Amino acid sequence: MQATDLSSNFFALFDLPVSFDIDLNALAECYRQAQRAVHPDKFANSSEAERRFSVQMAARVNEGYRILKDPLARARHMLEVLGVELDDMDTAFDGAFLMEQMELRERLADVKGSADPHQQLQTIAQNINAFGKTLTGQLAELLLAADVESLQQARVITRKLQFFRRLNEEVDALDDELSEF
Amino acid sequence: MALLQISEPGQTAAPHQRKLAVGIDLGTTNSLVATVRSGTAETLPDTQGAHLLPSVVRYQKDALPQVGKIARQSAVTDPRNTISSVKRFMGRGLADICNGSAAIEYEFADGESAVPRIRTVAGDISPVEISAEILKTLKLRAEESLGDELTAAVITVPAYFDDAQRQSTKDAAHLAGLNVLRLLNEPTAAAVAYGLDKGSEGVHVVYDLGGGTFDISILRLNRGVFEVMSTAGNTALGGDDFDRAIAQWLLEQAGLDQAGLSAGQMRALLIESCRAKEALTDAETVEITLTDIEAGTQIWQGEFSREQLHVLIDPMIRQTLSACRRALRDADIESADIEDVVMVGGSTRTPRVRELIGDFFQCQPRVDIDPDKVVATGAAIQADILVGNKPDNEMLLLDVIPLSLGLETMGGLVEKVINRNTTIPSAKAQDFTTYKDGQTALAVHIVQGERELVSDCRSLARFELRGIPPMTAGAARIRVTFQVDADGLLSVTAREQISGVESTVQVKPSFGLTDNEIETMLRDSIDHAEGDVAARMLREQQVDADRILESVESAIAADGQLLASEEHARIEQAMASLRELRDHGDAQQVKQAVQALNEASTDFAARRMDAGIQSAMTGHKIDEF
Repeated sequence: MQATDLSSNFFALFDLPVSFDIDLNALAECYRQAQRAVHPDKFANSSEAERRFSVQMAARVNEGYRILKDPLARARHMLEVLGVELDDMDTAFDGAFLMEQMELRERLADVKGSADPHQQLQTIAQNINAFGKTLTGQLAELLLAADVESLQQARVITRKLQFFRRLNEEVDALDDELSEF
Repeated sequence: MALLQISEPGQTAAPHQRKLAVGIDLGTTNSLVATVRSGTAETLPDTQGAHLLPSVVRYQKDALPQVGKIARQSAVTDPRNTISSVKRFMGRGLADICNGSAAIEYEFADGESAVPRIRTVAGDISPVEISAEILKTLKLRAEESLGDELTAAVITVPAYFDDAQRQSTKDAAHLAGLNVLRLLNEPTAAAVAYGLDKGSEGVHVVYDLGGGTFDISILRLNRGVFEVMSTAGNTALGGDDFDRAIAQWLLEQAGLDQAGLSAGQMRALLIESCRAKEALTDAETVEITLTDIEAGTQIWQGEFSREQLHVLIDPMIRQTLSACRRALRDADIESADIEDVVMVGGSTRTPRVRELIGDFFQCQPRVDIDPDKVVATGAAIQADILVGNKPDNEMLLLDVIPLSLGLETMGGLVEKVINRNTTIPSAKAQDFTTYKDGQTALAVHIVQGERELVSDCRSLARFELRGIPPMTAGAARIRVTFQVDADGLLSVTAREQISGVESTVQVKPSFGLTDNEIETMLRDSIDHAEGDVAARMLREQQVDADRILESVESAIAADGQLLASEEHARIEQAMASLRELRDHGDAQQVKQAVQALNEASTDFAARRMDAGIQSAMTGHKIDEF
């Protein structure tokens, strides 16, 4: 027995229309309101069943919030809800994107040997963010149009953004390494 | 609108129903207990007026262990039986401990158990049992000064504690006979104590440097909701390490080798080092005289300056700054976004720490609450709310897990399932498949940490999902679900989707005690206390019974309209039977009746949760209906 499963559509869980355009402040407020209702701290003295449901529901609310507040995760979730197949294996990228990726990777590999690794890393991080920003802007437009062709293009862009996200993680890992964390 | 019952601020409507709940700061160096009385949270002193209980336990032959100041006095004369800073060993294996500097101070028993045990005159003792002695002392102190039995406690842990360390802490509380409402992260507790909910919206940093652990947490506050954005730290870095660095320096100055020192001499040297460090908080220099405690002769005399202290401790403070940097990055904020920085933990008394942290965050760190008491105080406020003494309180703490949780995959690599700094509770599922034809079992190895290789992460638990029907490779769909509760504790379920074969583990860390071991220890400790095992078991079940009865009653009162009459009758019947057995049955019978009521009310609980979330999400308050 489980409390109703609303996880398949987090827009529905948060009582929002399926749209990329979200008021983040309203979302945050809605999130806090939801946690006030279901968080385990509100059920510390309750029956075992209520405590169990509370953990499950609070976890779902947290997951929904995490996905909806993050543009990339929100976009992918929206595509999923709209029935766009997210199979990532068959994505073909344009040459310019592949060149960018290769160049960024090479620069990242050279960071440790450079004269000022921290500065170098920061520059790369800024470049990655700039690329990410441009792509997210395009993504927003495509998802607003939301016709079949736009959604397919949006899918390719989310895939590209995932590559940048991974690069970002590598930048962070390298930063930790350089700071000896 | 419902009629409100008017009461004085800080008082509940029915004071006689007030439940006794405490907050406990189980520290490396000192521990404290606090409670909310007449609306204010305060730490409770012992009969001599001391609030801090030194986290030191001395084991004796044929006598109960001594705890606190009296035990600490024997640190030099009876070093092997006098255990201090046991928090460093919680949830750790012998190999971890031997890598640290503690190995030389105690003798560890070689046993078959994964849990390290310290050899004392009273037998081989595990860190969990030692911590339980400290908790028992605090429990007794609270019950004596409050004049009644404790209902429950909130116990604080470093935010950066991993699953094994948290589980061990909870086990220690269980062993001490405490009903744990919640494990609360120390920086979050401090934020609560600072009353940061009162009008101080925005982003706040809590920098917590204790005797043996370091945490940094970044929180966003919004109308009573404390949302932890990120946390970082080091559970093996604290003021103890400052002392050790000073001791090392003194040895070099005196031309001595640590290997030539007895355990007692080493203890004496560390105590002297700590004293020197504390003296430099106010003075520029301090005179140090090293005496051989055994021969009574002077070994070395000299001057120790602030400047020299900084040379010794700056590298350690810089390490904490690396953690601060990462926490800022994970929270995706800049120093300029921060309202203020709150200093917590005894080691933040060191002026150099305040200075470097102030420089880093470009602000004057806040030190207005006693850094030793702030964590226990915050825990007491949270305990008071959780136990139900303040039903209208709007405070809500949303914390995170400090370290990523993952699974071992092919080639010894880690597949992360839940990332660090994910808000808890959290649940995530990952699908796996079989890689051989006819494979009927799958080994699941759960790890915690940030690195890519399993060997660089902490191994939490292993289990096997068996009974998968033979299929071709890649045909099985095995869903592994991780669930982290509000205490930051993990449970894992593996389920083959096609056949429905399922296996669940409450992750019992590799370096934790087994449930059986704890049960045995519990029985032994009750025997020692000359109590009656059956009576205590019954008492525990009665507490459970009262809790569920009260909870179901109030649920019916609030949402009775969600009940079908048949279901309502079934629940009422289960309640009546539990009430009867609660007063006239044995522990086993009460337990079964609690279970029966729980089952009878499960559907109702699910419907209430759904109704609760729906009304919250659609923006309607319950009282609008």
